[in-house]
Parts: sequence; C-alpha cells; structure tokens
Amino acid sequence: MKNRNIIVDYLARVEGEGSLFIKIRDGAISDVKLKIMEPPRFFEALLRGRACTEAPDITARICGICPVAYQMSAVHALEDACQLKVEGQLRALRRLLYCGEWIESHTLHVYMLHAPDFLGYSSAWQMAQDYPDIVKRGLQMKKAGNAVIEFLGGRAVHPVNVRVGGFYKLATRSEFAPLVEQLGRGRDAALETVRWVAQLPFPDFQRDYEFVALSHPDEYAMNEGRLCSNKGLNIAVQDYDDYFIEEQVPYSNALQSRIKGRGAYFTGPMARYNLNFARLSPLAQEAACAAGLEESCQNPFQSIIVRSVEILYAFDEALRIIEEYDMPVQASLPFQPRAATGYACTEAPRGTLYHRYSIDDEGIILNARIVPPTSQNQKTIEQDLRYYVAQVIHLPEQELTWKCEQAIRNYDPCLSCSTHFLKVHIEHES
Amino acid sequence: MVSDAKPKLAVWKFTSCDGCQLSLLDCEEELLPLAKEVEIANFREASRAVIKGPYALSLVEGSVTTAEEVERIQHIRSVSKRVVTIGACATAGGIQALRNFKDVQEFSALVYASPQYIETLSTSTPIAQHITVDFELQGCPINKRQLLEVITAYLHDIKPTIPAYSVCVECKQRGTICVMVAHGTPCLGPVTHAGCGALCPAYNRGCYGCYGPKETPNLVSLSRQCRHMGMSTDQIRRELQTFNAYAEPFRRESLSYEK
Repeated sequence: MKNRNIIVDYLARVEGEGSLFIKIRDGAISDVKLKIMEPPRFFEALLRGRACTEAPDITARICGICPVAYQMSAVHALEDACQLKVEGQLRALRRLLYCGEWIESHTLHVYMLHAPDFLGYSSAWQMAQDYPDIVKRGLQMKKAGNAVIEFLGGRAVHPVNVRVGGFYKLATRSEFAPLVEQLGRGRDAALETVRWVAQLPFPDFQRDYEFVALSHPDEYAMNEGRLCSNKGLNIAVQDYDDYFIEEQVPYSNALQSRIKGRGAYFTGPMARYNLNFARLSPLAQEAACAAGLEESCQNPFQSIIVRSVEILYAFDEALRIIEEYDMPVQASLPFQPRAATGYACTEAPRGTLYHRYSIDDEGIILNARIVPPTSQNQKTIEQDLRYYVAQVIHLPEQELTWKCEQAIRNYDPCLSCSTHFLKVHIEHES
Repeated sequence: MVSDAKPKLAVWKFTSCDGCQLSLLDCEEELLPLAKEVEIANFREASRAVIKGPYALSLVEGSVTTAEEVERIQHIRSVSKRVVTIGACATAGGIQALRNFKDVQEFSALVYASPQYIETLSTSTPIAQHITVDFELQGCPINKRQLLEVITAYLHDIKPTIPAYSVCVECKQRGTICVMVAHGTPCLGPVTHAGCGALCPAYNRGCYGCYGPKETPNLVSLSRQCRHMGMSTDQIRRELQTFNAYAEPFRRESLSYEK
C-alpha cells in the first residue's frame, strides 16, 4: 500500500476547528495541507470606525484562551500611536497579568491537550483515571494562573480591567496576600511538572528552524522588545510589515505568514526559549538543565518541557512582581489621541502577536491589522509533518493519524485566533 | 426506569472564540467529579474520543455563520434531549453579528486578498433562530457557576435558576456605589442581564453590556440618560453594538442612532 491519504476531519484538543490532509504517493509524502476551517469573524473589518478605547475589549474576543494577549498588543499599539509610555508599576502589573495568562494557557496545554498524547489517552479526564494526582496538580496550577487574571482583571476569560493608559482600578499591596500563597504552591507544582514532563518519551526529531520572538535586554520578553531570530533578524516592531508577509492559501481560512525572502519560521515558547534563555530566572534555568534541556532545543515534541519551564518562570516572575509592588498613584495615564499609526508585538502564550492600528485625531480606528501566532506557525507545522510522517509512515493508519495530530499539537495551535481548526486527512494514492 | 448508564454530555462549537467552552475546563475543582457523573461524549477542544448520541444535554457555543453550520445545528437538535446555548455568540450572534449591519463582501475583502475562497454567510445568527432551544445562558463570556447550575439542573430534569434581572441588582448585592449616579459614568447596567456579578462597576467603569439584555429592558430611557450625561449618539450606537448587538432590544435601539 504505497499510496494513501491520511485525513483527520476534525482535529481534537486544539482550540478551534481545523483539519489535516496528507497525501502519500509511492510511499513518499506528496502533499500536506493544514486547513483552518474556523469560520472567519472579520475582526480587522469590524474594528474600523470604533473608538481606540474599545479595542482592548473587542480584540479580547478573538480568543477565549488568550484574551490578555490581545488586550496587551492592542493597548501597546494604541499607546504607540498616541505617544504614551506606560512604565514603572503599571507596566509591571501588565506583566503580572500576562504571567497569569501564560500559566493558565500553558498548563491547559501541557496537562489537558498535550500530555495525553504522550501517554496514550484521549482526554485529561481519561488520563485522570490512572494519574489522578497528576491531573489534579495541573488543574490546581491552572487555577492559580486564572486567579492572577481574576484578581487583576475581574474574570479569567475576557477580563474587564485593561485600558489604553493602564487599568481602571488598582489593588493595594495587602490585597495581594492570598495570591502569594497560591502562587508559591503553584511554583512548587510547576517545578514538579518540569521533572514529570522530562520523563515522557520523545521521538528523535529535530530541524533547523528560524525561531522568531521578542527579545529584551533586561527581561524574558513579554510586552516589549525587538523582534529577533536565531538567523540574524533584529528589527523594531514598527518595521514588521517590511519583513513579514501574510499570504492567503485557497484551502484555509487563516492567512499564512513567512519572512520575506526566507520562508517559514517558528514562534512561541520554543522560539522564546532558544532566543532568551539567558533572561530566564535562575530557578527556571536550573530546572530546564536538570530536565536535560540545553540552552537551545530544536525538537518540537519537547515543547512540552519548554512550556513547563515557562510556567515555572511565570510563577517565579509573578511572585517577584508582587514582592516589589508599590501601588501607583494613578490607575491609568491620560492621553490625547492623534492621527497616527501605532504598532506592537507582545508574546502571547503561543507566540508573537502583532497589532497595527491607524487612528484619526478623535481616536477613531481607520484600519487595523492583527497577525496571531498560529498563522505564523502554520507553514512550519506543515513542513514538520512532511519530515515527521516520513519517520512514522510504516505505522498502521490509526496510529499514524494520532502521531500527526500530536505533531500539530506541539505548536498548541489556536484556530479561534488564526480564524481557528482540526480534521486529519491522509491520502494514499494508488 | 433506572439505568446505570451515565447521561451523555456533548459540547459543540460554532463560530466563536472558544471562551465559553473553556469556562467548563476552568471548573478546576468540579471537572473531574463532573466527569464521574456524566459521560463527556463529545468535547473536541478537550478530547479525541467521540461517543455517538443521543445526548442527554448538548451545550452549544458559537453563532451560525456558514451553510455547514446551518445543517449541523439541525443534526445536533435531533440527537439531543436538551439543547442549551452558552454565551453571547450562541444566544445573540456575538461580535461577529456586526456584519449583519454591514455588507459582508466588503468585510471579507478587507481581511482576505481572495475573498472568493472564503465561505461565509452574510449574517451571524443565534442558535435559536435555527432550532428550538431549551435554555439560553447569556454572557460574553458565560459565568462558570451559572454553567454548572444549568448542567446540574438539566441532568436532574429541572429548570435552572438563573435570575433575569439587571446588573444593577448585583451592584446593590455586592455594595458597589452606582457609577452612574456617583461618578457620572455612563453604564449599561440598568438594561443588562445579571450574571457577571456586576464586575465593571466594581472596577470603576460602566457596564458595557456583555451579558446582553435583561428581561424587559428600557433602552429608550437609558439612552436618553446617556445623552444627558454627554454621550454622543454615535457613542451610544457603538456601546450597544458590541457582543450582543443583534439581540433585539439592543439592535432596535442602536438602529435608531444609525446615521
């Protein structure tokens, strides 16, 4: 049976609707298509004519799993347009909010979406029948991440406290106390998580990727930095459109990104880890090394370890920010809209999230552009599958299909964001 | 008849952000006990396993925006004893229903270079416009406590207790000073369905209506008050045209401000 098609009609355990189609001809892969079927919602179009102050609440609705990322990229881009710089404790609180989202989103992926693949379960609750304490540990960590977002933002999904210029309301220092205890326990659990995922079986698979992420001289970049890669890219986010291009492919509702003149690239935890290892906290660095990772990692299946290291870092960083917190006088800085274009990239859990807005003197949005991480990774995922399927092509259909799904889940793709996904079709032509 | 088989729960996704389904996974304390009481038979975001219907309860997230979704919702109704819509998309069409006020071709051309590849309907519509729905749980996003209440109630074949009064009642319950009266901040609380716990006023901002209309809302009176407070007609229109723009009371009032 040299020719066949592998078809997954609805990829499970990813956020959104998508499918995979692989065509095998004469025993070799002739076509791989990752289709994102998530119906379009036209956010860039519906933002036109809205006040810039509405953008954080509207763009949050692009994704229920990473709404903070959309709020962060939106406020930074609009502040860039209005020449407003939010610094000091307000900046630190935004970073804290982002830590909460990294914890919540990464833990969801590590424990509920990705780990079941390595251990052969269809879901976290099935896995919980054999590993109840492990799944409960994951749920407690996720709860701690959500607690940060709820505390700062009012609720875990689509928080209400973020605005252009800062926040609507600030907490006093003493109000953070219960959170500190919960985050301390979370950090311990995160350390155990890194040790646990390091034991999982990983296929021998690596490629020479171009990793792209924000890089900042003083911190593990979340909200700010230059856009860098391991192959020499080093640009201001304002130059994004000069270096990256989004293309439409007929089979998908998500646009695919590539670096002009170079091609596919890889964004997300793996990229951040490879570019910014030196800026992780000592605790996170030690845990990564003890888990057997080096300062660079090219095996996307090991993204589950990298993601766990980032969870540990986010707990550590959240505790540091709270420790140093000093309540600012003003919850938000006043600003005057002006006719201009503003740009921002921030690091969403799944990778770099680019927003660009042009506004008029009244602060009304004239046009908007949003490039989510999953559309940036889409091409790299397809390329991974080409190489990976060749390694596992001997497997029976069901197993092969599951392996393909796992290779896609390495990227924690979010199809709601990239319009949204997952069916797998493997076609063997005969 | 007493059966040992656990009731089957299904979660379905239509056009949405996945946030309301996520609310179920956000029930960190309750998820594993729930999985013992019911068979989670279809929940693609969280499980590869798909168990055939019929289902005791189907939770539907998202609005209908494609021809495929028009057909799929009929099938879901036919294999479900109870259908509950979760969230503003499923209940009111969501933010993507802003296309209902505009030309969808124009929207598509703004986002996609080759809009001919994009299959989408010209409208985003609530589930109840297509099938009979047993209960609509409002909110963008829904409240996970209310979600658990709905699941528990239907699995015991009783009606869920979800108050349909306004956000104002919740402000009074939590002791939040009225932002409209005390600070002169325009607020949709008086016309908005309770359920969030009156979050925005507690964070010093006016309610922005993400839970959609309460029962018998007086939009005319509220928008008159907002104009008194200095809001322009365009601001009022935008305020009403967000996540529940296509919910009838919000839609009607906002259209009276269309240029």
